[in-house]
Amino acid sequence: MKQIVFISGKGGTGKSTIVASLSLLAQSKIIADCDVDAPNLHLLLKGKRIQEEDYFGAEHAVIDSTVCISCGLCTKVCRFGAISKVIEVLPLKCEGCGACVLTCPVNAISLMKQKTGETYVDSTTRGTFSHALLDIGAEGSGKLVTEVKENLFGFADGENWAFVDGAPGIGCSVIASITGADAVVVVCEPTQSGKSDMERVLGVARHFGISAFVCINKYDLNLRVTSAIEFFCEKTGIPVIGKISYEPKIVKALQALQTPVEAGLTTVVREIERLWNRLKTELTMRKQ
Amino acid sequence: MKIAVLSGKGGTGKTTVSASLAYALQSSQYIDCDVEEPNGALFLKPLIKHFAPVNVRVPKVDEEKCDGCGICSRICRFNAIAVVKGKVLIFPEICHHCAACVIGCQQNAIFEVERSIGVIEADAKGRFMQGRLNIGEPITLPIIKQLKQSLRSDIPVILDCSPGASCTVVQTIEGCDYCILVTEPTPFGLHDLKIAVSLVRKMGLPFGIVINKAMQEDQTIQTYCGQHNIDILMEIPYKREIAESYSKAMLPVHTSEDWKYKFVQMYDRIKGGRVS
Amino acid sequence: MKITVSATGNTMDSQIDQRFGRAAAFVFVETDTMDFEAIDNAAAASSGGAGIAAAQLVADKDVKAVITGNVGPNAMNVLNAANIGIYKVGALTVKENVELFKKGELERISKTVPAHFGMGNK
Repeated sequence: MKQIVFISGKGGTGKSTIVASLSLLAQSKIIADCDVDAPNLHLLLKGKRIQEEDYFGAEHAVIDSTVCISCGLCTKVCRFGAISKVIEVLPLKCEGCGACVLTCPVNAISLMKQKTGETYVDSTTRGTFSHALLDIGAEGSGKLVTEVKENLFGFADGENWAFVDGAPGIGCSVIASITGADAVVVVCEPTQSGKSDMERVLGVARHFGISAFVCINKYDLNLRVTSAIEFFCEKTGIPVIGKISYEPKIVKALQALQTPVEAGLTTVVREIERLWNRLKTELTMRKQ
Repeated sequence: MKIAVLSGKGGTGKTTVSASLAYALQSSQYIDCDVEEPNGALFLKPLIKHFAPVNVRVPKVDEEKCDGCGICSRICRFNAIAVVKGKVLIFPEICHHCAACVIGCQQNAIFEVERSIGVIEADAKGRFMQGRLNIGEPITLPIIKQLKQSLRSDIPVILDCSPGASCTVVQTIEGCDYCILVTEPTPFGLHDLKIAVSLVRKMGLPFGIVINKAMQEDQTIQTYCGQHNIDILMEIPYKREIAESYSKAMLPVHTSEDWKYKFVQMYDRIKGGRVS
Repeated sequence: MKITVSATGNTMDSQIDQRFGRAAAFVFVETDTMDFEAIDNAAAASSGGAGIAAAQLVADKDVKAVITGNVGPNAMNVLNAANIGIYKVGALTVKENVELFKKGELERISKTVPAHFGMGNK
């Protein structure tokens, strides 16, 4: 099975739309949504729930007030400002490092597992689909992303492809999303910010030694920046495997929870098919 | 007044709104807290004069004092230390800088050294500031913390957040006076708006909504806001020209006095407390 | 000699796990007697440092060699520092690999895969 992760650097470039479209065009695949903060793919894939679990992805300090002598050493030692002056743990700040546990002279503090989200696995007409939702304000997005992928592969049944819809940015969620990938596809838009963000996220792929490809979405919005992106990619040896037209009808389709494929937007669909064919060719040519 | 601009969903227009607001207000401070992918500079075009590395502390072992007991590797909750055959191996990229290992070492053999995970850049007067995470680094929080140490209290401060609703966003919006939530009229936009609303409510912060790429035919966001008593501060219409200008790093406020006025009005409304 | 094999299960007949850091389990085998013990790999759940934690886990058991499929750079660092030989799997089950090891027919691994390679691969 080949794992392809779709990332963007900048948010809102169309990753989910493309992944959902590919889920209709490709054969033999499983799918994951690794944007656990603000997952969207499930809105388009509409499946039947086959697994739902609480995820305990963090530990927080818990202070036993009956033992605590209010010496305040824990407050001083905490690097994250997670213990208040009145010796209360502020959960939104606690990273579960245990420094306070070690410091407390009366052993009043312990670390307890915290629920940080929920994971879901759905059976859809387009393949098994793994996703999750991070609890509001919780930490550990990267860990939850890892869990989404572990769940996905737990349900794998000899499919050829795994499509992963990644998170925006370049931090821990994205790093966790791209690990183990056979390739990443950076979906960018031809805007100055889009190009700048694309360059940074390509740097992350390079840092971790993962093959990368670029797809320019809404390319005809600004042909100049599109050219600049193509030039950059050529200079750095990154194949541009797809260019998709700016099509306002896609927004209307998404509002009806339809991908361009279901909405019959033939130009865009043909462009996505071309992207898919090119990707398949590139991956069968390359050896990991 | 400290105003944070967040969204939940990426690409809805946080930078559009925050940069426009900072530009329209003229005497304001803009802080780009999307340290993974900062974009504000493309639109506000500051002249960067100050650079400051963001350093974090990571452990180092004094081999003379170390007895190879391995307690440090068991204490570290983040797998950043391994001890094999009496040798201590430290993996600084995944270190969370908590110093638990320093505290736990019975021989006082661990001390801390600094390493850089990113940089903060500012213009001459500190009216524009941005943080940038080094590529390959997973953790953003220390940069946000450092950025927030330079917030002005005499002029409005606009903080541009990263997308999502995770700990990075929490750190950015904490302590702010007001939150502007930017959304778009799509099912994705609404879904993620609800997440962002839950977050600001959980943190007890007053907030209002800006609907970007608004369309006459789709009133789902307006309906949701009406049902939940949420204030709509502004609607920016979906127009190809606006999208094209954005692609060239131009904002409506750059070319239209009308838009500048709208943003100033929005600020006045927020400041006057006539919202939420 | 005590060695370990990254595995998908807890017995000598279990299939091997190609991954090291995120292997499902490790089967520790005393090559002279073929006595064995299996431990679930707690490191597999980490989002970062799984290879490090797994390497620490096996090093703590005083093994002389690890038989696995892929090793990332951090794990290799730790295993090298612990003077633990790393060998590439040559068969399907734990038992078969131990037999091959005893006959000296397994290749050593000296090149690592990119970091995090095992995430999501089986």
